[in-house]
Amino acid sequence: MAKQLIFALTLLVTIGVFAFTINRIISYFRFTKANFPIGDLGKRFGVMINVAFCQTKIFRKPIIGFLHALVFWGFCVILIGSIEMIIDGLFGTDKVLKSLGVVYDIIMASGDIFAVLVTISIIVFLIRRIFLHVRRFEGIEMKPISHIDANVALTLILLLMLSLTGMNIATIDYQHLRGEEVAGVYPVSAWLTGIFSGVSMKGIYIWYESFWWIHILLIFIFANLLPYSKHFHVFMSVPNVFLSRLEPLGKLPNMDHVTREVKLMLDPNTAFAAPAGDEPVERFGIKDVEDISWKNYFDALACTECGRCTAVCPANLTGKKLSPRKIMMDIRARMKEKGPGLVKHGREYSDERSLLKDYISVEELWACTTCNACAKECPININHPTLILDLRRFLVMEEAYAPGEIKTVFSNIENNGAPWQYSPEDRLQWAEKLEVNLK
Amino acid sequence: MANLVARGEKPEYLFWVGCAGAFDDRYRKVSRAFTKILSHLDVSFAVLGKEESCTGDPARRAGNEMLYQMQALQNIELFTSYGIQKILTICPHCYNIFKNEYPDLGGTYEVINYLVFLDQAMQDGKLKVDPSIFQDARVTYHDPCYLGRSNNIYDEPRKILRQLTRNVIEMERHKSFALCCGAGGGQYFKEAEKGEKEIYMERTEEALRTDPEIIATACPFCMTMLTDGLKYKNKEEEIKNLDLAEMIVQALGL
Repeated sequence: MAKQLIFALTLLVTIGVFAFTINRIISYFRFTKANFPIGDLGKRFGVMINVAFCQTKIFRKPIIGFLHALVFWGFCVILIGSIEMIIDGLFGTDKVLKSLGVVYDIIMASGDIFAVLVTISIIVFLIRRIFLHVRRFEGIEMKPISHIDANVALTLILLLMLSLTGMNIATIDYQHLRGEEVAGVYPVSAWLTGIFSGVSMKGIYIWYESFWWIHILLIFIFANLLPYSKHFHVFMSVPNVFLSRLEPLGKLPNMDHVTREVKLMLDPNTAFAAPAGDEPVERFGIKDVEDISWKNYFDALACTECGRCTAVCPANLTGKKLSPRKIMMDIRARMKEKGPGLVKHGREYSDERSLLKDYISVEELWACTTCNACAKECPININHPTLILDLRRFLVMEEAYAPGEIKTVFSNIENNGAPWQYSPEDRLQWAEKLEVNLK
Repeated sequence: MANLVARGEKPEYLFWVGCAGAFDDRYRKVSRAFTKILSHLDVSFAVLGKEESCTGDPARRAGNEMLYQMQALQNIELFTSYGIQKILTICPHCYNIFKNEYPDLGGTYEVINYLVFLDQAMQDGKLKVDPSIFQDARVTYHDPCYLGRSNNIYDEPRKILRQLTRNVIEMERHKSFALCCGAGGGQYFKEAEKGEKEIYMERTEEALRTDPEIIATACPFCMTMLTDGLKYKNKEEEIKNLDLAEMIVQALGL
């Protein structure tokens, strides 16, 4: 009974802290803009099964991708065991799901095997991060704290897996010593039972209870650290994939309020039909976090800074400042900085700083070739190019800022209908020597 | 187009030449090549000639949505006045913007990229190329971002090439992994930002590692970038940079 009470209190604190954090993040979302409607649920489920559960995009790097897939699938299976632990802890039951019979055996056996596979993967990940210095984990945006963040999360997962395996071994031993049938099948742990040989029944019980508490407390701590870490990814990535932009990568979103203005300009008659000034003036493009869409912020929260986007960015590869990963990290950092002020003082709040310029420089923005390699590569379908374009839109449309050559392109298009200074009269010159009648 | 309509005729396709196809000296050859193939196939088509204007793509990708929409709405109005339903494009940027972005402004057409069109014609047996022209030539194909990643056109150019040569060699980064030539998003028209290297050099070097005789491209901007890369490497004499349409014209003996 005492165990149940302590457990219930711990769970309550965990949920309380978690709710506080999530509530704050939701309050930041209130300041973001609307984006595409979330229709087409069938297609979305398809994308989620394909990209999230089958991990298709992570396999674009097959070897390390496979290790990640093991961790992901392992988490999914082991999650069922964690839910069982919470039920057991609250109601004082012991392995409440064992009534599922064979299904239970399969779940426990998979979890037991995955615990080892995840452990191996995590050790490989730690070695890569600490000793091998993979290029993709470096870059101007990767501060010491980013590396600590990654290693803390990996270590926590490692401890989770070790405590799970320890718990499984102790379960088998304890139930053997009591002459009971072991609930569930644990192929790997059964093989490791030797490590407790000679320990008394009481001793093993203490081991079991310790592993149980260590494991569940680590889960509670992990869950509450995640929202403050890049590993928020664990919660956000599957929903982020579900909420993917479903349009072709080459398509930019249309600015509908510009369309209204342009139609007015092209056809002055409609100017009389539509009363002017009935709509609040919207800012063109993105200057700061209150201009981004909810999806941009969702992307930023789901990003785990793996750097696959930056590793394929042609600008970054050739030494330019642009790094798509940095853009995502900047959004998250800027919202963390400005969010509390926005919540307190409302949309008009200003701290004399902005996402554009104070975080993302003009130089970074103009280095993008809109090649979509970053978006194609992102394992959780984050879309960086549309965001970069929205920042450019602010620069060009609100501040009339663009590199000189680009301004020339604009005036050429306006005056001659081509980016170069050629006369439209010469548009058929190419066909002059052709023995084909184009008319 | 205007002349045809004045005579009361209506061509099946509009061949959208694009600014590069009309003005870029090198790429004009591609416009000519594709036109030759179209008339060889006896396709009913017309061009807009002096009435053609920029799609607005460079303006849009450089952030000038206002200018893009002005161009787009005027083009849509022109298309409507001629009753245009099918558009053939050679430039991937024009293709992408017609196919994906004009519909948001009310301009919905059947937009066909020339590679898809040519591949279909080959499959239908209408284009009988002489396989001896490029038979053993080592060819590597550079995927333009706006055909590949943007619109998933990866297989058609490769099917076309395999009809022309037995020696198609892929670069290390190809199809959805392909590296950009460095021209997209308005970059073509400006100096690159400060860095260690030009993107087109990185891509040219990658192409050269396949030891090609021909680098095949399918975009006017990729063509300029890679040709520049070849010039810097002093390889422009020995290695040709050809558009797929030009290769087909040669193999047809037109």
